[in-house]
This record gives sequence, C-alpha cells and structure tokens, in this order.
Amino acid sequence: MKRRTLLKGSLGAGLAGIAAGAGLLSPQAVFAKWNKKAFTSKKVDDAVKKLLGSSSMANSGAIKITAPPIAENGAEVGITVQSSLPKVDSMSILVEKNGQPLAANFSMASNTNAFIRTRIKIGKTSNVHAVVRSDGKLFTAKREVKVTIGGCGG
Amino acid sequence: MAKNRARATNKGGVTTVKAIISHPMETGLRKDKKSGKKIPAHFIEELTVSTGGNTVLTANWGPAVSKNPLLHFTYKGGKKGDKIIISWNDNKGVKDSIETAVK
Repeated sequence: MKRRTLLKGSLGAGLAGIAAGAGLLSPQAVFAKWNKKAFTSKKVDDAVKKLLGSSSMANSGAIKITAPPIAENGAEVGITVQSSLPKVDSMSILVEKNGQPLAANFSMASNTNAFIRTRIKIGKTSNVHAVVRSDGKLFTAKREVKVTIGGCGG
Repeated sequence: MAKNRARATNKGGVTTVKAIISHPMETGLRKDKKSGKKIPAHFIEELTVSTGGNTVLTANWGPAVSKNPLLHFTYKGGKKGDKIIISWNDNKGVKDSIETAVK
C-alpha cells in the first residue's frame, strides 16, 4: 500500500518526484491523485467504478455505518464507518441523493484500522453508502439519514 | 476562521488521531445572499497523514465534506512522542499542514 501511494504521489506531482530523488521525501508532497471523474459522477455505482475500477459490490453485515437517523442540519452530519473485514485498504462514503454522491475516499496503510469518522453534507433524506475494499474485493452497506434542513443549497 | 487542530493519543498499542481543519469547503452551489452570485467551489481535494516517514492514511475529499472538516481514525502501533503530520491541498492549489505529537 505504501509503495502504491508513493508511486501515485510521484507520478502525480513532479515536486514529490524531485524530493524523492533528492532523498528529501517530505510526506507533505505525497498525495493520492484526486479523481475528478469519480467525484463528479452523478450515480453511486458510476462513482465507485471510476474510483475503484469496479462497481461489483457484495452487501456486507461486517460494515457498520453510524449516523444519526434524523439530521437536523444536513450541512454537518457525523458519519462513522467501521468494518471487521480483513485487509481493508480503502473506505468510501457516498450519499445517494446528493448531486455528486461521492463525498470522501480514504486509503489505509496496512497498520491503519478500518475505522473512519468524519462530517459530511447531505442535501436531502438519503441513503448513505459505505464501500469497503477488503483483500481486493468490494463490499458495501447503506443506512438512511433523514434530513430536515438540507446541506448543499444556499 | 477557526484554527486547525490536531490531537493524537496512544493507548494499548493503538494510536488515535483526531483533527479539525479550518477550511470553508465551498461546494460551488451556494449563492451569496446579498449579490446573488454563486460562491466559487473551494474545498480540500487531497489529504495525507504520515508519521515517521510512513503514510498511514490518504484521503480524497469532495465538496460534500462539511465545512471545517473533521478527521478521526486509528492505527496500530505508534508511541508517545511520535510526530504526526497532516497535510492537504485544495482545488485552488493551496497547501497547508499541521503537526502534532502523540500523547
């Protein structure tokens, strides 16, 4: 995983490559390249396919999404995704009814636990999907969040 | 603007990292209430967390991550005093970072 991240980083950013070559590799310069196509996709499946190369996912009871059942403010909805699946190296959060469903993707190192908590915007009542890559295969779970005040408009 | 905040603790061989990053995370869809003009999109695209030269987490975010993003995750290993660097760049090419030591 680390090697892959480094590779992506050095391909994506010339600066990172130069820094690595000079033996001054600064972690600040290493980023996974932002996937515009995935983030601008309008459908969950499409976004997953563009992000992870496949939209073939199995429903899994080993993924737990913690979210408020009713969010008073859709602009800040706390979401926790955790999984007991083995060898998890990627976790994504998608909001089905948002214009652009993909909210966030996280890539884990081998020693990083399959646990993420963040806050996202949910425009209107929607299923929130979590997509977890475990040992190279994709698994998914969803949970509905009801929104009383939307989080994407003005 | 709120300040960037980061905190890391080690307990039982697991390091927990929590951070709040000061960023507007504008979607590009919101309108200025006075002028009626759209506020341009401004959001963090890429974020990396590293310790001791090893990357433990990378994140790609879209504008649907809330304003002043919260990041909370855990990893096995780490020890008190380890330096953790969280760095990010946004869609306008602005780079920033925050450092903290594991407690």
